[in-house]
Amino acid sequence: MPDNLTELTIHEAHKLLKSRQLSSVELTRAYLERISRVEPEVHAFVTITDELALKQAEAADRLLEHDGVSPLAGIPVLIKDVICTRGVRTTCSSKILENLVPPYDATVVEKLKACQAVIIGKANMDEFAMGSSTENSALFITHNPWDLSRVPGGSSGGSAAAVAAGETVFALGSDTGGSIRQPAGFCSVVGLKPTYGRVSRYGLVAFASSLDQIGPLTRDVADCALVMNALAGYDRRDSTSAPRPVPDYTQCLDADLSGTRIGVPKEYFVEGMQAEVATAIKAAIGQLERLGAEIDWEVSLPHTPYALAVYYIIAPSEASANLARYDGVKYGFSYQAPSMWESMEKTRQYGFGAEVKRRIMLGTYALSAGYYDAYYLKAQKVRTLIRREFDQAFEKYDALVTPTSPTVPFKIGEKVDDPLQMYLSDVCTLPINIAGLPAISIPAGFADGLPIGMQIISKPFGEETILKIAHAYEQATEWHKRRPEI
Amino acid sequence: MKLSREEVLHIARLARLGLTEEDVDKFREQLSNILENFDILQQVDTTDVPPTAQSIVLQDVMRNDEVTPSLTAEDILANAPRREGDCFRVRAVLE
Repeated sequence: MPDNLTELTIHEAHKLLKSRQLSSVELTRAYLERISRVEPEVHAFVTITDELALKQAEAADRLLEHDGVSPLAGIPVLIKDVICTRGVRTTCSSKILENLVPPYDATVVEKLKACQAVIIGKANMDEFAMGSSTENSALFITHNPWDLSRVPGGSSGGSAAAVAAGETVFALGSDTGGSIRQPAGFCSVVGLKPTYGRVSRYGLVAFASSLDQIGPLTRDVADCALVMNALAGYDRRDSTSAPRPVPDYTQCLDADLSGTRIGVPKEYFVEGMQAEVATAIKAAIGQLERLGAEIDWEVSLPHTPYALAVYYIIAPSEASANLARYDGVKYGFSYQAPSMWESMEKTRQYGFGAEVKRRIMLGTYALSAGYYDAYYLKAQKVRTLIRREFDQAFEKYDALVTPTSPTVPFKIGEKVDDPLQMYLSDVCTLPINIAGLPAISIPAGFADGLPIGMQIISKPFGEETILKIAHAYEQATEWHKRRPEI
Repeated sequence: MKLSREEVLHIARLARLGLTEEDVDKFREQLSNILENFDILQQVDTTDVPPTAQSIVLQDVMRNDEVTPSLTAEDILANAPRREGDCFRVRAVLE
């Protein structure tokens, strides 16, 4: 049995499991031990489902004797705590759902269970997925395994930190404005936000329904393709899921980028961007060129500077509607006051944290009588222009490449008191959600030991192009092999 | 333009969100700041541009009206803060 069990990728572990050199129970135990060792420093898990995991591992071991099992069989996975798990508490890292035990599984959880993956726990996050640092969790703060004094990014910070710290083989996250890619970049792991509609949102607690997507966080690009094979596809329970066939995403992993046309949008090298980040990403794009890609360094997407405002009108507006359901009647925290209205107002006052309240207020304002046209409708129109601009770009280019974030991971506490500064850390990722596009973040360097992520974007349902470019880059570099010293 | 105290309280009431005095002051400041940044959108010419509510084009589909398995009443009521028999118990709506 190899001694680095908690550093294995899915495809490496699968080989060992299939050849019976390793059992899923052994693998799962190794992860549970690793969790008990590093969790006091990282704090990535809201719930550790150790008993459930060992039971699932035993079942997987019985199946692994047979042919035709999924590459995910017997592999530990961590689920972001915004995705419903039947019988396992799902908190959204919020006081208001602290004790919620869902009566059903999200479609993605059903699919992972059907693959016999081993659910090892639920991951900490910014409350209701609103944030960029996991500091908005109402439960506790997650620390970046590369430097414990820094944030892991957010909102899927627990998922990304756990993959980086060797506490799970892979994780699920959700991405509304960068919540998979930004933490993937901050923790030096691979994180994909699929095309809107590619993966079912059934059982994902809604934040902003026209922007939310579930996706994988993994140790390498091949793993990302394997998890996408399991997750993608139409689901009649999500009326926005796309009725399109799912390709085998592992088939596009190719090292040769000859003839691949890549554009570099200059607006993404924003003012205030950390110099080391710009330098690292430009070097990474140079590497893509050496692998055969044709690079156009002078692409312009002139509506990019408006994306932040569009996002912070549309996302809070949708959130204010989605979060209206938390009234303390059917589930969740419930404050008992003498009157109905007071019960409801107090339930929401004590149940929601500061950032969630801020976004509910913002969204309610943008949708209120007299302001709807100036804010919400205007933002939806500019959304059209942003999408058109991308459509035009993808007539010329197969993919666009940018930094994932303008900086390396920042210090815990550095931005909590300044919402606008915090919002700016998603400036490179949120235009992608506005347009509904797929995009990945992959490890692309370090500055003073802190990770830098590269974002690769493609047209709707262009996941294969993204995975191909990401894989080729990864095979030519060593960044993804570095592990934090923890 | 800074939001007034009354405007903040009006929005909070629309959202049924209880606020402390401190919250009201903080939100006046922060929301005004954020909204000011949104003014940048007024620079964009959106004449004849249709709004986008959803990024992929899908068509409505019909399904047959058939009975299929669903959650049990017990499953649905299991997380109820207050219940009475097979019902959620609520405060009086009409007083």
